[in-house]
Amino acid sequence: MGSFYEQIEAYASFDFAGFLGRVTPRQVDLVLKKDFLSPLDFLTLLSPAALERLEAMAQKAHRLTRQHFGRVIQLYTPIYLANYCVNHCLYCNFNHRSDINRRQLTEAEIEREAEAIAATGLRQILLLTGEKPGKDALDYLIRSVEIVRKHFTAIGIEVNPMDVDEYRRLAAAGVDSLTIYQEVYDRSVYDRLHPAGPKKDYRWRLDAPERGCQAGFRAVNIGALLGLNHWPSEAFFTGLHASYLQNKYLGTEIGIAVPRIKAGPGNYQPEAPVTDRDLVQILLAFRLFMPRAGITLSTREPAELRNHLLPLGITRMSAGSNTAVGGHIDDEADEGQFHVSDERSVDEVRQMLIAKGYQPVHQDWHSLA
Amino acid sequence: MDRLVIGGRELKNRLFIGSGKFADERVIRDIVAQTGVEVVTVALRRVSLSGDGENILHCIPKECVLLPNTSGARTAEEAIRIARLARAAGCGNWVKIEVISDNKYLLPDNNETIKATGVLAEEGFVVLPYMHPDLYAAKELERAGAAAVMPLGAPIGTNRGLKTKEIVRILIEECSVPVIVDAGIGKPSEAAEAMEMGAAACLVNTAIATAGDPLVMARAFSQAVAAGRLAYLAQPGERTEYARASSPLTGFLGS
Repeated sequence: MGSFYEQIEAYASFDFAGFLGRVTPRQVDLVLKKDFLSPLDFLTLLSPAALERLEAMAQKAHRLTRQHFGRVIQLYTPIYLANYCVNHCLYCNFNHRSDINRRQLTEAEIEREAEAIAATGLRQILLLTGEKPGKDALDYLIRSVEIVRKHFTAIGIEVNPMDVDEYRRLAAAGVDSLTIYQEVYDRSVYDRLHPAGPKKDYRWRLDAPERGCQAGFRAVNIGALLGLNHWPSEAFFTGLHASYLQNKYLGTEIGIAVPRIKAGPGNYQPEAPVTDRDLVQILLAFRLFMPRAGITLSTREPAELRNHLLPLGITRMSAGSNTAVGGHIDDEADEGQFHVSDERSVDEVRQMLIAKGYQPVHQDWHSLA
Repeated sequence: MDRLVIGGRELKNRLFIGSGKFADERVIRDIVAQTGVEVVTVALRRVSLSGDGENILHCIPKECVLLPNTSGARTAEEAIRIARLARAAGCGNWVKIEVISDNKYLLPDNNETIKATGVLAEEGFVVLPYMHPDLYAAKELERAGAAAVMPLGAPIGTNRGLKTKEIVRILIEECSVPVIVDAGIGKPSEAAEAMEMGAAACLVNTAIATAGDPLVMARAFSQAVAAGRLAYLAQPGERTEYARASSPLTGFLGS
């Protein structure tokens, strides 16, 4: 059967710093001339030398994105269903030890939250929860999907990793996409940042996107939480992971996200900060490596930066996000998973897209479930 | 009289257009008004069937044939369900079958397409299947009741031109239903090339929607398609490998 883990292993003794340091702008030019990029071509685009060719990369990325996706951007928003969590991720506000108000939306609250979001015109939704062990948590998630189904045409989930049968139950209930970030591909950093809880299991998480493909989700989105570790190798493994999944599961739409972490609970600061310029380079390298992959940009980034990143390869944006449980129906709910930097309303994002020559797309699929 | 009739409808303009990549779908109305395009394909996946919000169907003039497509379908079964949804929603009985389970190159699955075509033709749909150019598959589609076949010129969205020319030529030669070149055409000259060969029509989306000026590009395509058709009807003179002198050197020998 195989696993992406074997590909990570194959790079165990690879000298990333050495390779990146030796790349010349001339080599970047050669990569820019290619239609199909090898993994090392992709890594070449993540080198310091590639910074000298950033504009050329941007032009090509823009052209490829327009060609394959047209002048359209998909819009979606998250619904945070619950923030109970047994994990101890050092960078996350829902960390088991965080002293925050814990809450799980009731069925009536989910209904109201869905109605409030649907009223903004959005039809694509992403459901999130913290990790809570046991069968009840899955039943609760399935019940939530059944409630929101009436209001939305596409439902994604971003929850703890599950097995294939659990994913199949969710797909049967109407979930069409799975989002699961590895957070950090470097094994030792992963171990350090996840000191306790089921999330400690690196392999179980790493293989979750593949189990999602096997379960038949239409789309699977992956990513690394940028800032947790030196970014070139993290971006490289994210791209490699996406490419591995796309080659193995041709029928699944594989997408990438570029979430950048700013700060976390207890004065957690990213150990390896990613600058705006780094983010642009990562985004462009992804686009050139996988011209047809969707790329998601969340409201973690501020409005002005999002406007600038838009033409560089983005195909999907969140809008009107609130990362607190009950955030759309309850003014008191203010303890979100992370700080939303782009606070524009759905309508403001929509107007911005139109002004920039993009069609905001609210619906891209009819659930046949 | 040169007529293209599909599903009982006579079409004067042989350019069909797509609708999925425009910054503003309202440009479709201008294209139809200025070019006389009569067939517009729309991905049903993007159409709000509840009738709320913006709806692309409002941008398709009434005089046009609405050609809902099953984009997003990965199996025959999904394509069939999408087609039925479209008809139930009042989108008419034409349908373009797209079954794609390859998200890397977006190549159509001929086997699943043939299955879906059979079921939907039986149910009274005017079925236009998007296909990978292959003679056996085209003949199967004909037998299954397809109203036309739509072979790709190059992988969808690539603007690479008529890369499948030799096989499309054979399909034109061998098929009794119209052959409409769909996907891959990047320039008006390539559409003209397909039409000169005898294609019944061309469907163009990316090359128009992502052009600097989509409206002007649509006009260019419409004219190229018409010119290519005229050239086909005019039966171009034979192309030879050597100059044909008007005063032959061997003329003195007499005949």
